[in-house]
Amino acid sequence: MNEQPNAGAAPVIDAQKVNFYYGNSQALHHISLSFPRRQVTALIGPSGCGKSTFLRCLNRMNDLVDGARVEGKILLGDIDINSSAMDVIELRRRVGMVFQKSNPFPKSIYENVIYGLRIAGVRDKATLDEAVEHSLKGAALWDEVKDRLQESALGMSGGQQQRLCIARAIAVNPEVILMDEPCSALDPKSTARVEELIGELRQDYTIIIVTHNMQQAARVSDHTAFLYEGLLVEYGLTKKIFMKPKNKKTEDYITGRFG
Amino acid sequence: MTQLLQKELDKLKNQLLTLSAVVEEAVRKASQSLETFDAVIARQVIGADQQINQMEVELEEECLKVLALHQPVAIDLRYIVAVLKINNDLERIGDLASNIAERALTLAGEARITPPFDCARMADKAQTMLNKSLDCLVQMDIRLARQVLKLDDEIDQQHRENFGLIKDQIRLQPEKIDALSQYLTVSRHLERIADLATNIAEDVYYMIEGEIVRHTSSWCNGAPDNN
Repeated sequence: MNEQPNAGAAPVIDAQKVNFYYGNSQALHHISLSFPRRQVTALIGPSGCGKSTFLRCLNRMNDLVDGARVEGKILLGDIDINSSAMDVIELRRRVGMVFQKSNPFPKSIYENVIYGLRIAGVRDKATLDEAVEHSLKGAALWDEVKDRLQESALGMSGGQQQRLCIARAIAVNPEVILMDEPCSALDPKSTARVEELIGELRQDYTIIIVTHNMQQAARVSDHTAFLYEGLLVEYGLTKKIFMKPKNKKTEDYITGRFG
Repeated sequence: MTQLLQKELDKLKNQLLTLSAVVEEAVRKASQSLETFDAVIARQVIGADQQINQMEVELEEECLKVLALHQPVAIDLRYIVAVLKINNDLERIGDLASNIAERALTLAGEARITPPFDCARMADKAQTMLNKSLDCLVQMDIRLARQVLKLDDEIDQQHRENFGLIKDQIRLQPEKIDALSQYLTVSRHLERIADLATNIAEDVYYMIEGEIVRHTSSWCNGAPDNN
């Protein structure tokens, strides 16, 4: 268990013995997982296993939940993200997030992409223009929208909206992108587009993806972690997990025998 | 979805076991025809080869269908890959049995000679190996797979000895070279059947352990199992 395939490379995020509670109910038990730089890690497991909760711990999205409490260390570089040394806005710039349902703001495509930069006080038009082009190209959306940047983002297709959210996430130059079931509301073609995009983004970013779609985890990730009832059951190279997992529970889950 | 896949996997297993039974019977009868020079039995074996070929194609098509429709992973994937390979091995064993039966037919039509080596013993051993390799498939037991590998060494050794024995006989009775060369072919085919039985055992090992052990010998020396 807990084979660390990239033990040599320094991880971007290193979670150590993370416990998480919703009030009195413990949702995560002693999860230790580190995420290698510029690799894709998939978190899989049945509903309620804690994979989304764990993902949301990584940029403190659970801060907003009443009664939520986290124990253990989550290091980003060498700073514990839950310590006072970490500014939460800076954390979320460095660890961006893309959600299950695309959530563009009711603004133009252009304004959506640079939203984070505007908040950070960037005003220079040339800088913003460049960020828009760079981010939309990075999200494989530029060619489709370059002639209508001022149109509302809400007029885009679902697949385009999701890629816009990815562009918005990368505009602030994060190190890590968290993806919480980014394709579950997309049709197969848009899903394929986002999956290809994940393959391109891993050149520059560390990606952690939660997915219910096992085949998707198999296709897009380098490493896979299987969580069950708040515990990390198995972590390893994706090809190992899908060809010969070590743990019987993992095998039963990925072969559809439970969950 | 799982139940659907499980049904398909069960069906593959049934097809594979049916094919195994036909192939085992072909090998048994081929060796019988060789001992008794019984042309009727020999022709039965040759006739069965077509049936075996047909079954091989059907099983392969089923495997490809299940792969395409269910996209299995882990044990299910390894299982189907193993079935595909074992299917192929069994078909080739069928070919070899048929060829041995043809040798028996030829020998039956010629002046009888004393077999230059103990055909029955070697054929028995090859059948035992085939039998054990199929048992280890049914029981998913890697200990049986190891036994198959040990027997293969014995058959290889016997084939080498046969080669020497037949050369000696050809020197002593050059007029009997036709019949003697038939026996050389028989020895080689029995040795090939044993090799294919070994492949089956190795494929079962892969299915259980997820590790490819062909071209290595470490796995058969009773190395401690991981599980």
